[in-house]
Amino acid sequence: MTEAPKRQVTLPAMGLVVLVGVSGSGKSTFARTHFKPTEVVSSDFCRGLVADDENDQSATPDAFDVLHYIVGTRLRRGLLTVVDATNVQKPDRASLIKLAKSHDVLVDAVVIDVPDSVAIERNERRADRNFGSHVITRQHRDLKRSMARLTKEGFRRVHVLRGTDEVDAVEIVRERPWNDRRDLHGPFDLIGDVHGCASELRTLLSELGWKIDYDGTAAVDATHPDGRQAVFVGDLVDRGPDTPGVLRLVMGMVASGNAICVSGNHEAKLVRALKGSKVTVSHGLAESLAQLEAEPEEFRAQALGFMDRLISHYVLDDGRLVVAHAGLKESYHGRSSGRVRSFALYGDTTGETDEYGLPVRYPWAQDYRGQAMVVYGHTPVPKAEWVNNTICLDTGVVFGGALTALRYPERAIVSVPAEKEWYEPVRPLVPAVGDREPAVLRISDVAGTRWLETTHAGKVKVPEENAAAALEIMSRFAVDPRWLVYLPPTMSPVATSTREGFLEHPEQAFEEYAGWGVTRVVCEEKHMGSRAIAVIAKDADAAERRFGVGDGTAGVVYTRTGRPFFADTSELVDRLRTTAAPLFESLDTDWLALDCELLPWSAKALPLIKVQYASVGAAARRVLPEALDVLESAKRRGLDVEALIAKTVRRRDNSEAFRDAYAAYVRPTDGLDGVTLAPFQILACEGRALALTEPHDWHLAELAKLEGDLITPTRHRFVDLSSPEERDAATQWWLDLTASGGEGMVVKPAHLTEGRVQPGIKVRGREYLRIIYGPDYTDSLDVLRQRHLGKKRQLAQREHGLGLDALSAFVDHEPLWKVHQAVFAVLALESEPVDPRL
Amino acid sequence: MLLTVTTTHTPATDLGYLLHKHPDRVQEFKQSFGTVTVFYPEATRERCTVALALDVDPLRLARSRTKNAPDFSLAQYVNDRSYAASSLLAVAMADVFSTARSGRCDSRQELADSAIPLEIVIPVLPCRGGPEVAHRLFEPLGWTVEAEPIPLDDAFAEWGDSRYVRLRLTGLVRLADALNQLHVLLPVLDESEHYWQGPDEVDKLMRSGEGWLASHPEADLITRRYLGRRGGLTRVALARLAELGDEVEDAVEPSEDEEVLQPEEKRVPLNTQRHEAVHQALLDLGARSVIDLGCGPGQFLDRLVKTPAFTRIAGSDVSTRSLQHAARRLRVERMSERQAERVQLFQSALTYEDERFAGFDAAVLMEVVEHVDPPRLEALERVVFGAARPGAVVVTTPNAEYNALYEGLVGMRHPDHRFEWTRAELGDWSDRVASTYGYQVERRGIGDLDETLGNPTQMAIFTRKEDSDD
Repeated sequence: MTEAPKRQVTLPAMGLVVLVGVSGSGKSTFARTHFKPTEVVSSDFCRGLVADDENDQSATPDAFDVLHYIVGTRLRRGLLTVVDATNVQKPDRASLIKLAKSHDVLVDAVVIDVPDSVAIERNERRADRNFGSHVITRQHRDLKRSMARLTKEGFRRVHVLRGTDEVDAVEIVRERPWNDRRDLHGPFDLIGDVHGCASELRTLLSELGWKIDYDGTAAVDATHPDGRQAVFVGDLVDRGPDTPGVLRLVMGMVASGNAICVSGNHEAKLVRALKGSKVTVSHGLAESLAQLEAEPEEFRAQALGFMDRLISHYVLDDGRLVVAHAGLKESYHGRSSGRVRSFALYGDTTGETDEYGLPVRYPWAQDYRGQAMVVYGHTPVPKAEWVNNTICLDTGVVFGGALTALRYPERAIVSVPAEKEWYEPVRPLVPAVGDREPAVLRISDVAGTRWLETTHAGKVKVPEENAAAALEIMSRFAVDPRWLVYLPPTMSPVATSTREGFLEHPEQAFEEYAGWGVTRVVCEEKHMGSRAIAVIAKDADAAERRFGVGDGTAGVVYTRTGRPFFADTSELVDRLRTTAAPLFESLDTDWLALDCELLPWSAKALPLIKVQYASVGAAARRVLPEALDVLESAKRRGLDVEALIAKTVRRRDNSEAFRDAYAAYVRPTDGLDGVTLAPFQILACEGRALALTEPHDWHLAELAKLEGDLITPTRHRFVDLSSPEERDAATQWWLDLTASGGEGMVVKPAHLTEGRVQPGIKVRGREYLRIIYGPDYTDSLDVLRQRHLGKKRQLAQREHGLGLDALSAFVDHEPLWKVHQAVFAVLALESEPVDPRL
Repeated sequence: MLLTVTTTHTPATDLGYLLHKHPDRVQEFKQSFGTVTVFYPEATRERCTVALALDVDPLRLARSRTKNAPDFSLAQYVNDRSYAASSLLAVAMADVFSTARSGRCDSRQELADSAIPLEIVIPVLPCRGGPEVAHRLFEPLGWTVEAEPIPLDDAFAEWGDSRYVRLRLTGLVRLADALNQLHVLLPVLDESEHYWQGPDEVDKLMRSGEGWLASHPEADLITRRYLGRRGGLTRVALARLAELGDEVEDAVEPSEDEEVLQPEEKRVPLNTQRHEAVHQALLDLGARSVIDLGCGPGQFLDRLVKTPAFTRIAGSDVSTRSLQHAARRLRVERMSERQAERVQLFQSALTYEDERFAGFDAAVLMEVVEHVDPPRLEALERVVFGAARPGAVVVTTPNAEYNALYEGLVGMRHPDHRFEWTRAELGDWSDRVASTYGYQVERRGIGDLDETLGNPTQMAIFTRKEDSDD
């Protein structure tokens, strides 16, 4: 027997494949052989789902509803899907084609055409198929009737496999869509609408460091010494002085692989004109046609071929970058359909025209919430500005503006001015968005169960009920979201100590960090106050410029839940600004975000102290002595209550210790008198997410520059984990600190770390823990030692990452909703039920 | 926690028979949340005292809670349950002295049926409403009541008294009655939620209250408090966030009542007048679809639902708890599909743009704006007037000028109010909003008019100018 030659069938890697064939033709076997089980959705399976019987024909309409739902969901999510049903009738295929188009994906048909006899024989062998041969014959008749017109129904391709040999010999090739260039990683120089301004293009390329190759006087290619690739956003042609010059250079760069280019609407129209279609010669088309007329026929043909082959958008760099001439909304990224192309070329037009006769476009970028950066041109704007991670690079060079490039991934903008106004604009240039930084967020940015893709915390799930609680707190109490650039994460305690009398002890912290590969740690005194985030601008102008808050406030100090510390924090902000002057200076910034503790605890928490702690103390310190009296009387009567007396004495002493523990954090304050701040980290300043980039010794050294009544310094020491002496000394330091009423310490890596290392762990003092675990916790250490830190640590890590995401998003001028989403997620995760004593 | 019962009936040691506990023994009884010890510090013919000491195991208490109602707030671990006479003590006492409570005593039945001189001491009793409530509850039952307040912390005298009193009751009362009264009244005085509230609580109340509760002048208060203690079901997440911000949970509780700082007799009529005025305004506007923004527990929604003129009604609030109350009030669960289509409830916040706000003839902001921090009002304006753009917006808010007429009112009418406007201030705000967003505005007063100070509530009715409708 000779090996049958392999027949290659090329199918879209993302899209819909409709199998067509009579019952028993071998569709399911074919599907099983060439596709993953999850990629195949069969009508039999769906019939079983809704009727418990795969052959119950009465359930067919419901079964197809389910099938369409599954297929639609998979297509929306961008997965290849194969429909295994007979599909021999046109209406069945039509509904699937419509479904594919509604998700803007390609749809192919694979027809499996085997002789009647084979199908009938196969069905007879199957016990669960009880229909007669006439059914197969009828299906076959339907199929025959369909075959002639199949290619006209809307399939991209129809693949017909005739006979079992051909079916068996098939090899499936999955073909990526042409717009899928995730494999290109740049770095890129993305270039806005050129419109025939060849000279400015050469200037811009030189400015960007490109070396231009000339053939005689004509620029024919350009290369970048760092291997950068140019990306043109379309509209190379029309209006300007030298459309052929631009085309020649860009065609050369594309041919050599130094550039890629998407089609603009002007290329599309020029192609139609060159092909001889009737088009209105307007918007600068006349200039192109005239200039091209002067070129040799061969060049015209090349240019036509080049422009005709341009596709309308590219997905680049693993999906992180999308380029389309007029932009592209997220659900169209990587998709292929007429309306995707139309959006990419002309934008989201409403069908209306404005007072200048130009089409009105829906501002899709304002709604954009996608992960990918979208770079486009098409609508001339005075200046390239970010709108929700999208940017328009058309700065109207042909109208006398500038030719603009965006460097990716650096996000730097490079522009060269127009040499002159080459073409008179129809209307004045207007900014892309009216409001630069709208303070209003959308409920859909935060509510409901959400999965966040984060840079520093991976994929984070925010459950709906947590989001609901966070929404309540955030909207009722939190400061303006424009100030809320960060919320602090929770922190895990150290692994539980087994040392006699201790639940937490420094030695475990040192062990844990050493185990995680950390060589040096910093031990910072843990202030017992209220966590405070201070965001302060140099003045009201700086606040308006950088935060968009124009009501004259120049900073806020807020709690762990984003609530302002006092009804009016301006006095505190003013004092802190004065105190922090050296930092503004040394960091060369006009704003700062500081992570601090506000002291004393009672300044903010007095109602809580009274309700939760003092009450317990009052009850305990009253009832235990009285219980002792009663027990002593019983003892005098000769009753055996010795054990009870001993226990009650111990509890009485514990209750005194408990009371002393909370009282240590109560200090009288009057307004701001007596209130201090203990800053321990500089979260961020202009251009720098310092929490991410600087180690703790840098932070502590910078903060040591702050002096004045407002500041309580954070005592600390560094420990080389390989030195037993340094570890012992630090332990002694902690013992002394906690013996004199200190809460404890936080241990953090002294150097920047990678991977899953806890950002800090707390080691709390023995007496302090009474107000956490209860006055008598020292009597139940064995039970309490069985605590589980896993969930707490997972949360600590996630919230820490989310906080860093928020800070870097703010520092990078990303849209407000992005910052807010991360901050909101921290608050939502904080409502997660974990043991609150940890 | 501790409770002692003393009698001076002669022979006093008969107390042992009545309680079915021998005076010369120290007896221990295990409870699911701790151990009860019963012993007699004093047992002479003239005077006999039984002590019931409950040693609550806070860890076990916390753990047994986790199974049914997970409560992950710190208050669960550091609390007064080990010290104060709470509902736990009532449960333990009822169990240990169950026979005595039934009034049965085979050996001394006659004594069990008689009133005897009793003295009951509870060293630390949480007393919701202050010592005065203890008097109101126990005195009608024939007790002489001493309720001595316990200070919070001697070192911080300015903190004042704690919520506890030392309670001493003396009187001539049948022992079984005394025990049953304590069984009911300890939880009634207790501020905290009850730990094991089961479906049979009503039966328990009926049994223990037999013979005295029905005729008690405070029967209403007792019943309401005994049965109305809240379960910690949906508040867990919010309680955690409160603690995180160093706040007391009550501070973040949504307010169910407007103007809580006003006495009931002023509050209720004004509330009704306000609802009537807004309702009438909506009818006058000819609105068919209405959204109540900040609907709270749904009082006004209820009125809208009962009005056939309104064909589509929505209520939204930021508090999920308020929405639950509203759903219960409107009986959303029992609505037919047709009714349910007419009424929507959803969580939202007025500082976030929300597509669900759009497409209504009228939106109501009744006593809502004053709960928004002034710097955040601008966001609310954009969300409601700029993005949702209903045909009309009806805003009501207190008139600050009128506060002068409220006796004893210092500051604002509600602890969560962020501001209260004078008529001029509402005028400025509403004029600015109207001109910014293309509305016309008309202002009215609601409630009794004072010649110089105006009405207690002020209302602004915005109607969208049609020509500015894009």
